[in-house]
Amino acid sequence: MTGTMPSHYGEEFARAEAGMIGADSGWFKAARGRALTHFSRIGFPTTKDEEWKYTSVAPIERRSFRLAGHPRNGLDVAELDRLRLIEAHELVFVNGYYSAQLSRLASLPAAVSVTPLSEALPQDSLQEHIERQAEQPGNGFAALNAALLSDGVHIRVGPGVDLKPALHLLFITTSSGSPMAFFPRVFIEAGANSRVLIIEHYAGLTPEEYFTDALTEINAGPGATVEHYKWQMEGARGYHIGQMLVHQQGESRVTSYSVSLGAALARHDIAVSLAGEGAGASLNGLYMAEGRQHVDHHTSVDHQQPHTTSAEYYKGVLAGHARGVFDGKVMVREGAQKTDACLTNKNLLLSEHAEMDTKPELQIYADDVKCSHGATVGQLDEDALFYLRSRGIEYSQATALLTYAFADDVVARIAIEPMRHAIERHLTARLPHAALVKELL
Amino acid sequence: MLTISNLHVCADRKPILRGIDLEVGRGEVHAIMGPNGSGKSTLAHVLAGRDVYEVTQGTVVYDGADLLAMPPEDRARRGMFLAFQYPVEIPGVNNAYFLKAALNAARRYRGLTELDAVEFLSLVREKMKLVHLDEALLKRSVNEGFSGGEKKRNEVFQMAVLEPRLAILDETDSGLDIDALKIVAEGVNRLRGGDRSIILVTHYQRLLNHVLPDAVHVLSEGRIIRSGQRELALELEERGYDWLRPKALA
Repeated sequence: MTGTMPSHYGEEFARAEAGMIGADSGWFKAARGRALTHFSRIGFPTTKDEEWKYTSVAPIERRSFRLAGHPRNGLDVAELDRLRLIEAHELVFVNGYYSAQLSRLASLPAAVSVTPLSEALPQDSLQEHIERQAEQPGNGFAALNAALLSDGVHIRVGPGVDLKPALHLLFITTSSGSPMAFFPRVFIEAGANSRVLIIEHYAGLTPEEYFTDALTEINAGPGATVEHYKWQMEGARGYHIGQMLVHQQGESRVTSYSVSLGAALARHDIAVSLAGEGAGASLNGLYMAEGRQHVDHHTSVDHQQPHTTSAEYYKGVLAGHARGVFDGKVMVREGAQKTDACLTNKNLLLSEHAEMDTKPELQIYADDVKCSHGATVGQLDEDALFYLRSRGIEYSQATALLTYAFADDVVARIAIEPMRHAIERHLTARLPHAALVKELL
Repeated sequence: MLTISNLHVCADRKPILRGIDLEVGRGEVHAIMGPNGSGKSTLAHVLAGRDVYEVTQGTVVYDGADLLAMPPEDRARRGMFLAFQYPVEIPGVNNAYFLKAALNAARRYRGLTELDAVEFLSLVREKMKLVHLDEALLKRSVNEGFSGGEKKRNEVFQMAVLEPRLAILDETDSGLDIDALKIVAEGVNRLRGGDRSIILVTHYQRLLNHVLPDAVHVLSEGRIIRSGQRELALELEERGYDWLRPKALA
């Protein structure tokens, strides 16, 4: 359960503490200190830990990642423009730090506040959250994030507000010359009956090694509707560990999409508490990995109240020597009657060397519930492949086409058009016969 | 057009076809009949290039070339078409684009210019009428959510668009009501003629009331045990298959 704490994070902390955000806030400083102590006690997880059985973070542990300073090098404007979304409120973070200059927040309505943590931190409203995550049991990454927090954002959407367009949080990593670590934090509070759409986008623009340890919290008030997109496009040698904690009150709706395409190693923990009657969560994911990429999703949905619903739909495509992990836990508490939960995980293995471990796990303590789960790992449908070939479509084209169709099933659900198109472009670019595949859709 | 000589085929090491000889000339329509499990569908799939079957002996010459050496896509591009008994649903792949890609792959292979979207659409509209297919099906994924009859008509429609030189219809008549059967038969008859050869694989002779074959072959336990004219099909209808089986003679 416990690993060893790489002592250099203590040294990094001591070195950087005075310059960190919130350094002049007493409670925050104390919370950072406690988080560091907690981390030094529990360290990084090891594969002996049940939750990390198939995902070794030893490569992260072995590197002495340093805390990033403010980036000195300017960002390539063309590259930034490529990542921007048309019609979105946009917050841009470069190497962990918020850039007011690159962000576009002018048109936010008054009932919505979007505050970078560097400005928000002395606030007492965040104290409870920060302190809770500082000593989260069993997860060294949350403690490390709390101890070394780089920057982030606090988003509050007032009651009844329908925020349009989407909020795009763009976390860009650029070259910095040595292996760096980033610890972003996102707080989202959606007021009663509000609606908000948020894209949390990680884009690595560097071939260097780096480590992102991200923590996101969503609190959906009564009747609130939150759509959250996590778009993971870290660099080829990036490590991404992301945790998302969702707390839902009565009749709220949270839809989550995790599109995980980049990074050498990516781990996504998504934990949802359905804490109010009639709350509903829909969790969707698409991951594609090739070469020696490793991608892991762990979801846990806790049905605490009656009439709560959850629907999970995750699909993965694994090629080369890639490895995928999916672990979906659904808990239905005593008294959470009329719960409706379903969980689906489908995986496509394109190579005999690719590997997938999938494990749905249902724990049900109520008797009047509807729960289903299904997980599959397989190759392309031979019958479909033969059907296409029997019509004159070449084997490699048929393979590309069926692979794309498998993945697009999730992509097609993404409501934000520019994001959907960008992901479709990325998918086709990774397949042979891109032009033909594009035409056939 | 097609010469099959001493063809032996196994599936899972179990012999299915045990020495088939068959000659189909240009423009001819041959019916292959036989009881369930006689190897009819296996023969159709082997000709189209399905690789789950292992050819252990024999040769197939198609239009002067060694058919068994070709991958399925080359067979299709050279004008072979298999209408599936169970057309496969392919979610996420658009029916119209799929067919356009198939048609243009064949046209490229034959050195013809590819059809653009407008030319393709007008061709498709004309051919859809042939089998009374609703144009809305073009916009759907390949066979996805099609009724049994729509799937079969979609096969004949694809055949009409691709204009094959040798069409193999694998039990295209099974599961159709009489009206759908007539539509399918009408579609096949319209495609008949000229150099186009057709092999009709069927269990019942009722399709042969509408599409008159030049020859009828009876397949049993992996061998052709009787060949004849159309009258053979009528006799089978009356007497069943048992009287032809070697066992029944013993």
